[in-house]
Amino acid sequence: MQKKEFHSGRRDFVKQSSLLAGGLLTLPLISQANFFSGANDVIKIAMIGCGGRGTGAAVQALSTKQNVQLVAMADAFADRLNESYENIKGEVGDKPGRLNVKEEHKFVGFDAYLKAIPLADVVILATPPGFRPIHFEEAVKQGKHIFMEKPVATDPAGIRRVLAAAEIAKAKKLNVVVGLQRRYQNSYRELYKRAQDGIIGDITSMNVWWNQGALWVKPRKPEYTEMEYQMRNWYYFNWLCGDHIVEQHIHNIDVGNWFMNDYPVTAVGMGGRQVRTGKEYGEIYDHHAVEYRFANGVAMNSQCRHWKDSASRVDEEITGTKGRIICDRAVIQDHKGKVLYRFDKKQENQPYQSEHDELFDAVAHGVYKYQDAERAAKTTLTAIIGRLATYSGQIIPFDQALKLDLNLQPAAYAFDAKPQLLPDADGNYPVAKPGATRYV
Amino acid sequence: MKNKLLVLSLGCMITQSVSGQDNSPPNQPYTATLPGTTVSFRMVPIPAGSFNWGSPVSEKGRKDDEGPRQQVQIGAFWMSAHEVTFDEYDVYSDAEKDKTPIPDGMTRPSPPYIDLTLGMGKQGGFPANSMSQYGALSYCRWLYAKTGIFYRLPTEAEWEYACRAGAATTYPFGKDSSSLKQYAWYAGNSGGKYHKVGELQPNAWGLYDMLGNVAEWTLDQYDVHYLEQAPDKDPWKQPTSRTPRSIKGGNYQDDAAQLRSAARLKSDPDWNRRDPQIPKSKWWNADAPFIGFRIIRPVKQPTKEEAGQFFADVLDKYIGSR
Repeated sequence: MQKKEFHSGRRDFVKQSSLLAGGLLTLPLISQANFFSGANDVIKIAMIGCGGRGTGAAVQALSTKQNVQLVAMADAFADRLNESYENIKGEVGDKPGRLNVKEEHKFVGFDAYLKAIPLADVVILATPPGFRPIHFEEAVKQGKHIFMEKPVATDPAGIRRVLAAAEIAKAKKLNVVVGLQRRYQNSYRELYKRAQDGIIGDITSMNVWWNQGALWVKPRKPEYTEMEYQMRNWYYFNWLCGDHIVEQHIHNIDVGNWFMNDYPVTAVGMGGRQVRTGKEYGEIYDHHAVEYRFANGVAMNSQCRHWKDSASRVDEEITGTKGRIICDRAVIQDHKGKVLYRFDKKQENQPYQSEHDELFDAVAHGVYKYQDAERAAKTTLTAIIGRLATYSGQIIPFDQALKLDLNLQPAAYAFDAKPQLLPDADGNYPVAKPGATRYV
Repeated sequence: MKNKLLVLSLGCMITQSVSGQDNSPPNQPYTATLPGTTVSFRMVPIPAGSFNWGSPVSEKGRKDDEGPRQQVQIGAFWMSAHEVTFDEYDVYSDAEKDKTPIPDGMTRPSPPYIDLTLGMGKQGGFPANSMSQYGALSYCRWLYAKTGIFYRLPTEAEWEYACRAGAATTYPFGKDSSSLKQYAWYAGNSGGKYHKVGELQPNAWGLYDMLGNVAEWTLDQYDVHYLEQAPDKDPWKQPTSRTPRSIKGGNYQDDAAQLRSAARLKSDPDWNRRDPQIPKSKWWNADAPFIGFRIIRPVKQPTKEEAGQFFADVLDKYIGSR
């Protein structure tokens, strides 16, 4: 991991970054003038995506020890933006100056991000994941440090854009933290360290789960265009969400990839809509079971489902020749059940906060330390090939999927534009059917 | 002004004449069924009386907030024999299980983003867990709207009175924790998880799992000095902010000392620190799988107006209390 540090203070760091970037890149650096231009070294933040998670991330950014200010907000919906503003005010009202968003810096619409990003030093990207590639690309182009939520795309076309922008971010030495927060959680870091030290020997198999009940649905209103309906109910449409194997289960899949220090080469699996069959649930499946295979033959068995009143588990188990790591309990056992290591849960941190504490500490001190984008893109692709496998019934190779001509995004982002996926006369959406749906 | 009103509210609940639809004899247990379902819960009578609230300075494991020990009078009520289960709670939280519409002005808890039972069990008699105090009290309001009978959380003093069931000793069954495993799921026997309600022995008044299993929300604001100031009749520390609230009973992760009848526990905002969303859920605690509740029904029921005022004061003024 690249860890070159510049100790000469932030402004010099910025200068060096831009010099480096200028030498390496052909992309114009549009907003150099805005880069760390705040008075008294204020770090200015723009949030793109003002839902519950974006608001949470903004509050966490504003709760770090650094001299930070939220200066711009962007969302597709004015109501969501205004709710978010009020909620942030409620949370950081006791920290004077931290919330400094002028009326004219609250941007609404699909292009709001283009207006908000130039105003900031650090951007928070937390819209539904379908937009992440274009937002990340723009933030990198403008030379911003970035916190972005997982997943980072919903289709292979988006993954390629993120990977390309990730290279530029590295060249520009932009810190990029991705909200796969287990990587920032003390218990997981301790378990990982011990796995690297060989406490369970060689990994022989992994099991990962996100089995739980159902999530929210928002009723269709007569005034909604199809685009607005899908945007409001983004969870149930793949161009926005990627299906829950991508949107949620990515956390557990990421742990598997992390502990293997690798990405799977193939995925095969099954899934469907067994319980959640109504049209209000769009096109996504309610369950997926995927067998991922790594180059050395190790299998990662993955299950995720949204079935209420069923056995639930959100966890990972890493099994090796000498023992097993049970991540949620933060315990390592040998094969006779003897405890080899138990993390003291009193030492657990709040990983969502730590992500921001670490990112803003690096930015404030002019340190280039975080380059999460590439691995997050590859882990997102891992989850996507799981979806492609369950939707098609085929074996999906990772490398082939990366090159796949699959772009779920609409031709235009506007409320009167048509998404690619449309309901039939009864309001039902077409759903993938193994054997009939094909990708490879 | 507000506090005066609240005192009145609780007083009314205990002194006004019965106005609920049901006139169950106060000294008899009964089983009620949630309307439109086959899900039932059992209520056992708790006689009016007085008891020594708190612990003597000599008690092993005692903390300073448990005194000074004092005698208080408690009015009669019924208490649920068991902790409220998910079978019951989900009739409120899951519209598909509730065959009748949600009462006007009420909302159901939104489903949590992650599963908060942590795989410990849900259907078939496991205690409902992880809810905020607001979520527990909202269930009482929903139950009142559905049945016409006023239910609420017990006050801290009512809870301890019912738990002791006449015993002045450290535990309802004596002063020695060696018998605890016959009555309570705690660190010594739980296997690190909660269990189905009612699997162990009840106390003398027929209440199961008062100690251990899930800890239980009470109606009281937590105040470290409350026993120094509390009135000697139906004491209730009224809410003044959304947190902290008073918890009783200890839980499946706790050691024996936290399961003493007099032990007072306070809720902690950290119990929801890993909720990644803002606003944080008003219904759930992301990091408190050990918290649950049980309900009581005061024998002297409030009028409809008084009950409405009560819920306005304890719930609507403290949305998301935890």
